Amino acid sequence: MSTQPHDHIVRSYDEEQRRLVGEIVLMGETAVAQLEAALDVIERRDDRAAQRIIANDEAIDTLERRISHDVMHLALRGPMARDLREILAALRIPSDIERIGDYAANVAKRSIALNVSPPMPQITGLRALGALAARQVRAVLVAYQHGDAAQALVVRERDAELDAHYTALFRELLTYMMEDPRNITPCTHLLFMAKNLERIGDHATNIAENIWFLVHGDQPLPPRDKRDETSTTGAV
Amino acid sequence: MNDVARIQLATAQQQAPAIDDATRMKLEARQLDFFYGSAQALNNINLQIPEKKVTALIGPSGCGKSTLLRIFNRIYSLYPKLEARGQVLLDGEDILDARYPMNRLRSKVGMVFQKPVPFPMTIYENVAYGIRHHERVSRADMDVRVEQALRQAALWEEAKDKLKQSALGLSGGQQQRLCIARAVALRPDVILLDEPTSALDPISTSKIEQLIEDLKHDYTIVIVTHNMQQAARVSDYTAFMYLGELIEHDATSTIFSRPSKQQTEDYITGRFG
Repeated sequence: MSTQPHDHIVRSYDEEQRRLVGEIVLMGETAVAQLEAALDVIERRDDRAAQRIIANDEAIDTLERRISHDVMHLALRGPMARDLREILAALRIPSDIERIGDYAANVAKRSIALNVSPPMPQITGLRALGALAARQVRAVLVAYQHGDAAQALVVRERDAELDAHYTALFRELLTYMMEDPRNITPCTHLLFMAKNLERIGDHATNIAENIWFLVHGDQPLPPRDKRDETSTTGAV
Repeated sequence: MNDVARIQLATAQQQAPAIDDATRMKLEARQLDFFYGSAQALNNINLQIPEKKVTALIGPSGCGKSTLLRIFNRIYSLYPKLEARGQVLLDGEDILDARYPMNRLRSKVGMVFQKPVPFPMTIYENVAYGIRHHERVSRADMDVRVEQALRQAALWEEAKDKLKQSALGLSGGQQQRLCIARAVALRPDVILLDEPTSALDPISTSKIEQLIEDLKHDYTIVIVTHNMQQAARVSDYTAFMYLGELIEHDATSTIFSRPSKQQTEDYITGRFG
């Protein structure tokens, strides 16, 4: 979908650009599907499904390599202004998506270790955190596809909500560990998984900031609220 | 100074500053109109050319950029029925005023054209000819002036052993550098370049672009170019023109990364010809 009022005189330029955006959106949607599958697998306690998610991460990496090749091809056209920002964004955004895919695979991997222990009540909180993260990534992909900087800013602002959920879950897990040492191992896995989901949210924010750059260039972003307080959380 | 401040300072020093009251202007067009007979080619041009910087004029064919360049040294006055109205200030003096001495203008503003046009003389004479026209210079001093000009044009090493040979024996790229040497020999303040590399191969083009980077320490340069990438590479400021009007003028980094006008964006991204 073109976000410019006029097409290039050389039609293949627009075709290549559209294809590149499509590839990046596909890569993002694949990463979100991996995340949602990983969240599902935690609840179902299905090790085989978790292994499939881990193996699937290779597909995201393959997409990233293809996108990188296509960006190089577009760069040979000597892009300027918005076109130049498009290819810079097309280099940065897949890098964030690739990390989102890695974190989703990590969550699936940890679920295998988690399944050794009995089911934990904090799964619910983790599931909610994951759903928020998935919603953020979906929303930012739509913003990218439409060159919508305003929508990207909304995603960026909403990261505060995700951080707040993560901080709350972090505190809850700490309390659970302190109540009973048998909870330490499963809660530690859950802590790492929660951290992975929080990092997915950060990468969605990075993508949002790149969309802002794509649309507005070097114009500074508005200041924002960060609510991850776990680094300063002491003993409860 | 901490690391962040150091990085910010280095970044600011690399970027051409925004044109403001503190920037010294070498040339300035004010409410400039230009006519080829009854046809108006330039309409109300207001453009400031900062001193010792490179300003690129870009725009589609027929936009008036070469016309504007030719007003900066009044070369249009060689032809009948061409008329400029308004003002063009060089160091604050209006060069369009009939009382402004043409000889002085020609010594302050040099020009290099798209097609290299060496005189049918020796390499030495090509450079000496203009100097001799404006100044009385001894033979010894002339030798020094010719060498200085050829060095400034990055041609001395290639030409020093054949100064008495015909300039027509030089390659296209060398001939163009000879034309630049001819221009700088008079120690002008301003050098006008009209698509100086469009007839040259890529290596000669790069040599001329390197030369422009060196020359701007001493001269104010205005360059007309069809090559967007060249304008982005060599210039500090860029003015985009269309159908005789100045559409946008800003730091080159701004024009080519985030222009203000959609028309500018469309042109530089190849969305219209």
